[in-house]
This record gives sequence, structure tokens and C-alpha cells, in this order.
Amino acid sequence: MIIFLQATVEGLSLAAIYSLVAIGFVLIYKAMEVLSFAQPALAVVGAGIISSLAVDRGIPFWLALFLGVILTGILGLLIERTFLRPMVGEPVFSVAVLTIGIDILLRTVLDSWIGINPKYMGDPFPTFGNFGAVNIGGVNIKYLELAALITAIILIIILSIFFRKSKYGIAMRATSYDQEAAMAQGINVGRIFGLVWMIAGILAAFAGFFITGGFNTLSQFSFISALRALPAVVIGGLDSIPGAVVGSVIIGLTQGYVAYYQLTFESFVGFSFGNGFSVVAPYIIMFVILIFKPDGLFGTEEVERV
Amino acid sequence: MVVIESLKFNNVTLKFGGITALNDISFEVKPKKLYSIIGPNGAGKTSIFNCISGIYRPTTGTVKYGDNNINELRPDEVASLGIARTFQNIELFENMTVLDNILIGCHRQLNYGPISSLLYSKKVKKNEIQARKNAEEIIDFLEIEQFRYSYIMSLPYGVQKRVELGRALAMNPDMLLLDEPAAGMNNEETEDIARFIIDIHEEMKKTIIMVDHDMNMVMDIAEEVMVLNFGEKLAEGVPAEIVKDKKVIDAYLGVS
Repeated sequence: MIIFLQATVEGLSLAAIYSLVAIGFVLIYKAMEVLSFAQPALAVVGAGIISSLAVDRGIPFWLALFLGVILTGILGLLIERTFLRPMVGEPVFSVAVLTIGIDILLRTVLDSWIGINPKYMGDPFPTFGNFGAVNIGGVNIKYLELAALITAIILIIILSIFFRKSKYGIAMRATSYDQEAAMAQGINVGRIFGLVWMIAGILAAFAGFFITGGFNTLSQFSFISALRALPAVVIGGLDSIPGAVVGSVIIGLTQGYVAYYQLTFESFVGFSFGNGFSVVAPYIIMFVILIFKPDGLFGTEEVERV
Repeated sequence: MVVIESLKFNNVTLKFGGITALNDISFEVKPKKLYSIIGPNGAGKTSIFNCISGIYRPTTGTVKYGDNNINELRPDEVASLGIARTFQNIELFENMTVLDNILIGCHRQLNYGPISSLLYSKKVKKNEIQARKNAEEIIDFLEIEQFRYSYIMSLPYGVQKRVELGRALAMNPDMLLLDEPAAGMNNEETEDIARFIIDIHEEMKKTIIMVDHDMNMVMDIAEEVMVLNFGEKLAEGVPAEIVKDKKVIDAYLGVS
């Protein structure tokens, strides 16, 4: 039972991280109908900025976190403005390939900065004992995991109210449905795209911090963790924010349970799935769900006129 | 008091490759007029609207609204000058309710930034309450109270047309561009729409430019009519003169 709870807690904290990246994917997809492959790169760049400010420059951690998040948001805004704005009206496929290019660009620059030594993120609570953990009834919960969960929940609540109630939220929904009609209402569609990318960048930076925080460290391979938000959005449906959250929970829990129960299961069936199967398992779940629900669990079914 | 401007087309030509959609069109719509543009399919009526609202750029010539050269502005900038439009094929946001669609029209009047909206400040609250009030007035005016929370895709065509009119009104425009407001409607619905248009024109004192095929309605309510054929201006004048014009009868009303 303890093991089960431990796996659940770790799975949920992964889910929280994935959902932050996943919501970024969904927002951009809803606004531009493009799957932005640059999302994981934005996450690690955000982590890189935080690390360079907090550790290399010695800026107080909280200020570094705040600056890192805001700067990544601005980076998202700049990417939209410079690379994607000229692509308005171009085929979706070209734009998606462009985002792969942005992904490679960002990661190349970041990798050359990281080098071979992994980077630390700095410690928000030095007095608590470095990157510590709290033990509740035998279940070991890292502060970092707890912080990821709480942050994600708060951000998701704020965003869902923002989208439902504010004029920007309604304008975003209108833009994603019909750009021409939205413009006729006086909505500056370019500004809406910029806002979407900025929010996506901010969410990615938070996710990047939680992926690489504590003893995890930022290395050249950290982005692979952020990339696991991709099966999450595919499972949930590319254009559904609740879907992104549910997909992330499915992926996070799968990863958590497989990590803890793989050995038991292997000795039961008598052969090995190999090391690190827990990071492959989410993709297998994705394939299985896609067989039955090609548009994801919550996605809008594509209706095409013949 | 807002000064209502007049709209002027100066020798506007619009070409798509080898096709001339509009050829040297000039006309002026004076403030508070109900101006109508008629013509057969493909005459260039909607192209004129698209030139006004910034979707097309004229190949040569200028479109002026007061002192503004609106042929150089983006669609959202034109909209914020106070020019609202409806579309020939309804372009409502079908995944939203009637109320949300009308609130979208209030977008420009909502005067707050993303950060204060996150904090939900007093100003935001006041703005939102005012917008909701405006929306309710429009819903009242168009008699669509019972559909307030319905999703657009579940509504009949005639009601959707009315909601689109409401969305345009919510922008509190000085000038309203109506692209075939009565297209595809039965007689009763056409009469309803004509009544709303007259009310908007006479009570709200708005300039209206209307494109339509329903000759009876156009001749009934328009103050001035321009007739187009193959991108050329055939005639312009009061309805009573237009129906007698020889060229117009040949091209459009049919030779009798």
C-alpha cells in the first residue's frame, strides 16, 4: 500500500509538470492550429535562465525564478513575433516544421551553454534542508513534488477563470474559431497570438524548473522529460485544455506505477522489459488510446466536407 | 459628441490577377444615410465591403472614412474606428453562446489589460458589468431573450442572422455594413429584419450600408441606391429613379 501511494504521489507530481507544458501545446494549437514542437525547448530554456541567474549570478532564488518565468514568456512572445507572424496564412505543415527548427535552435544554444556539467537550479528553502522531503505515514514526498502539484493546480485554476471570463479569454476562443470574424469585431488577432505564446512560455518555464529542480539538474537531455507532455496532449485531444490535464494525469500515473511495479511484473511474466521502460510506457498508452479514439479523449472530432 | 464621418470611395479599382472585381468605383455615403448596394451575383458588392473592412486592399484608389485612409488599416483597426459588419454567410462563433457572441462585440469597449484582468480589479468589474448591460439591451432590442444561453449551432438560421446583427451592434458602431441581411429568409423573417434595420437607422441614428438581393426590401427602406454590374457602377440615386433607369432594368431587374 505504501508503495502504491508513493507511486501515486510521484505520478501526480509528474502529471502536474506535464500538464503545464501540455496546456501550452493546447493553447497554441487552439489559436493557430499548429502543434508547436518548440514547447519542450522553451521549458528547458526557462530552466537555464533560472539556473544562470540564481546560481551563476547569485541573484536571490525567488527573484531569479520570477525573472526566469517572465523572460521565457517574453521569449515566447518574440518567437511568435519574429518567426511565426510572417507565416500567417501558410500551410499548417510548414509552420509545424518551422517550430521544429525553433526547437533545434533553442536547444543548440542552450546545450552549448550547459556543456557537460549538469546545472543546478538553486534552493528556495535553504533552511529547510536542501531539496528535502516530508514523510507522511511512510510516503516520502519531496518538497519539489509538492511545490509542482500546488503550483500547477493554482495556475490551472487561474487560467481557466481567465479563459472563461475575461475579454482576452473570450477573444482567444473567438480567434481560434474564426479569425476573419474576430478581426471584424476589432480584435487584434496578432496581439492574441502573442499573448498565447507568452502564456505558453510562462507555463513552460515553470515546468522546466520543476523538471530540473532539486537533484534532477538541467542537462542536455532534460527536454526529453518535457517532451512527454506530447503524448499527454495527444491522448487528451489537441484542442482541449481539460483533455491536456487528464492526459497528463494518465501519462504521469503510468510512468509512476510502471517505475515502481515493473520489477514485480517482470518476475511474474518471466522476462524483462528493459531499463527505463517507465519512460516508454506513456507512448504505448498513447498508441492504444489512439486506436480507439483517434481525436483523443476530449478532442473535437474532425468533420470534413467531402 | 462623436462626429459621425462620411465614407468615400475615390476611383477604387480592385484586381485579382487578370480579373477586375471593381473598376474605378467612386461613391460617397453621407452620415446617417441608409445606403444600399445592389447588383447581380459577382457584381462586386461584397468586394466593396471587404475593401472597407480592410480584408482586401484596393489595387488603386483610396477609401476614406472622414480623414482616415482606411484602405491602409488592418481589419481590427477599421473595426475600432466604429465600422461594424455582418457577413453574407453567417460567421458567428458557433461554439459559444449567444451572450458570449454579443459580448465579443463589446471587446473594444472593455478597457482593461491582461494583468488587471487576472487581478479582477474594480475597473474590470465595472467594465464587465457595463458590457453585460449593453449586451442585454441588444438582446432585448432584437427579441432574442429566450436564446441568451443557447449555443449558436443549435439555433435556426433566422435567429443566427439576428445574433450576427446583435454582435455588430454591440460594437456600438457609427457605421454598419450589412451583407445580405435578408438572404435565405422567408417573407416574415425578412419583414422582421427590415423592421430592425429601420429601427437601427432611425432610432440609433447609425449610417448603414446594405447589400441585398431582396429588391422589395431595398426599394422600401433604402434612401440611396447604387447599382453594380461586373465591377462597374451602373447607376446611383434614390430608389424611385433607379427602378426606372433603362440600364438597370436591362442588367438586373430584367427586361419586361
